[in-house]
Amino acid sequence: MAGPPDTQPQPFSFMSTLDLTLLTSRRARDLAELLEHLRIVSGSVVYYHTHHFLVQHQYLSPEPPNDFAYWVTNVLQEDRLGEQLAAIDLIQFRTIRSLRERIIEVIEAYLNERQQLRVAPEGEEFHFRESVSFVVPTMHVARTLAEFADCMERIGFGSLTFHFFNVRLRLERGGDDFSEWCRSLGEHELADAIARLDPYTYTMDGLRKEVVRLVHRRLREKQR
Amino acid sequence: MSLLDGFEEFVGRGTLDELRLLGARLKDRKIVTVNSTAVGGGVAEILNRLIPLSRELGVDIRWDVIKGGEDFFAVTKRIHNALHGKAETFTAHDGEVFRETTRRNVAEMDLDADVLFIHDPQPVGLIEARKAGRGRWVWRCHIDVAAPQQDVWQFLDGYVSRYDASVFSAPSFSRDLSLPQVMITPSIDPLSDKNRELSEGEIAAVFDRLKIPRDKPIVTQVSRFDRLKDPVGVVVAFRLAKKYNDCRLVLAGGGATDDPEGSEVLRAVHEAADGDPDIHVIELPPTANLEINAIQRGSTVILQKSLKEGFGLTVSEALWKAKPVIAGAVGGIPLQVTHRYSGILTHTIEGTAFWIKQLLNAPDFARRLGENGREHVRTNFLLARHLREYLLLFLFLEHRDERVIRLDAMAPDRASL
Repeated sequence: MAGPPDTQPQPFSFMSTLDLTLLTSRRARDLAELLEHLRIVSGSVVYYHTHHFLVQHQYLSPEPPNDFAYWVTNVLQEDRLGEQLAAIDLIQFRTIRSLRERIIEVIEAYLNERQQLRVAPEGEEFHFRESVSFVVPTMHVARTLAEFADCMERIGFGSLTFHFFNVRLRLERGGDDFSEWCRSLGEHELADAIARLDPYTYTMDGLRKEVVRLVHRRLREKQR
Repeated sequence: MSLLDGFEEFVGRGTLDELRLLGARLKDRKIVTVNSTAVGGGVAEILNRLIPLSRELGVDIRWDVIKGGEDFFAVTKRIHNALHGKAETFTAHDGEVFRETTRRNVAEMDLDADVLFIHDPQPVGLIEARKAGRGRWVWRCHIDVAAPQQDVWQFLDGYVSRYDASVFSAPSFSRDLSLPQVMITPSIDPLSDKNRELSEGEIAAVFDRLKIPRDKPIVTQVSRFDRLKDPVGVVVAFRLAKKYNDCRLVLAGGGATDDPEGSEVLRAVHEAADGDPDIHVIELPPTANLEINAIQRGSTVILQKSLKEGFGLTVSEALWKAKPVIAGAVGGIPLQVTHRYSGILTHTIEGTAFWIKQLLNAPDFARRLGENGREHVRTNFLLARHLREYLLLFLFLEHRDERVIRLDAMAPDRASL
């Protein structure tokens, strides 16, 4: 079956994100303090602590959990809560607000069953940090699916971060950019396949390879 | 080949393209950076690397050094100690010496620029030269000021609070300030003698020269002979592990010749080692970068069992050599080691001994920690990242209230693509 033409007037311009970290002066020694700060910090703080592992530990598989889960497990040694926080399914959330609410809900439910709070050893408090994302253009532009696959193999991890994670949660566009563009080409099946990926369960390189594999599969189908 | 191109094999072409793009955004800005010395010390070392790279990117950056007499630097040395929490006397006369030297420097220096990037306490007073509406001022603090002597901090805060932004190396080093605080961690240079690749021949030559046999696994700590690095604790942990695993310990470092306390610590280490032929205590001069590199590369497990630490960049040096690292969870070390992912964090001598045994007996796990550690350093602790964050910092000064900053000339929402 012939697919839609693979050339469209609207090219895909790959962007990239570069992050700078701000310190907030907020720190928590126990779960009550963590919760208190979590309620009032900016969305950029929540984004930082749920996403910086993606960039800083892009080579690890499986990914380490978010910072909250890591601190609760490794510093407070509250393993059950740590597991619950690590299990929060980030891909389900369309806004940082709803993600924050879920994290708060999980901690509150745990605290309701606990009387005594463990305190972090001195020097291992949770320091709240904030992400400043700079969005920059890259030299990579794709006009066709074949060019798109080629660019995907060459772009940096900052581009994957921007088009998969930033646009969904920080810019609240609902989905990733790649599947949106494929849809605009009339490539609905490919778009659905990319949109179905859970990018949080891949390393950055694994994620790149999976998108490339899906696009190549589609290109082979079109050649038949 | 350009200086920047030398980094391509470590960070990739894409990272260099990003740097060039940021450099282009800063082309029409004039930047002046000021510290207190052109040679010696970590700040001068890093500026000596970063300034030529920035210029290669087309950034107009000038590096100036303040001038001061012995009395001024005696005062700033006491300020430095007091910021670290050591009790020091700070008199009204000290304050006047500081202000007078600051006034002279303000009068003599050309501080007319778009960005004034001032390092550490010595030149902090240059903010007096600030003109209304001209230039953004950043104070880059390289030291831990979390628990300073209050009167000294209050004196400095009179200057610091007038800056547009501050920069600290780790969250635990900072203070509650009313100005934005940016976190920029230090970095290592993969091309320096301390970190460059070495051939097996070069490594073997250093071990031969230092008379360290390589017949069994080698556990190493490289650091000054300083109580806060707990070298005696390292010897005790090694002995606990050695009951079950035959291995050698190398304790290599300096600080014993020019520091009376260092000599005392070295004596305590020799006493604890008690003539054990498997414990090698090596005194190295500050210039022994190649030796340190070889010792780290020839080791099986590397320790940094600090009780208190600055940033602890020796951890990144060891991780860059893909070595499994066991380190104290203090200072900047937890930023470099994620427990059980890219290394091991410990709190006690017993815990250190436990993990030495674990890593010697589980070489696959140890290798994975080392590989993860090297990748972590590649992404987060190499000079290219450091440079990128300084460039981002200069751009951030123009967008201090924004958290998503678009540097593309295109329309803010390109969602239709």
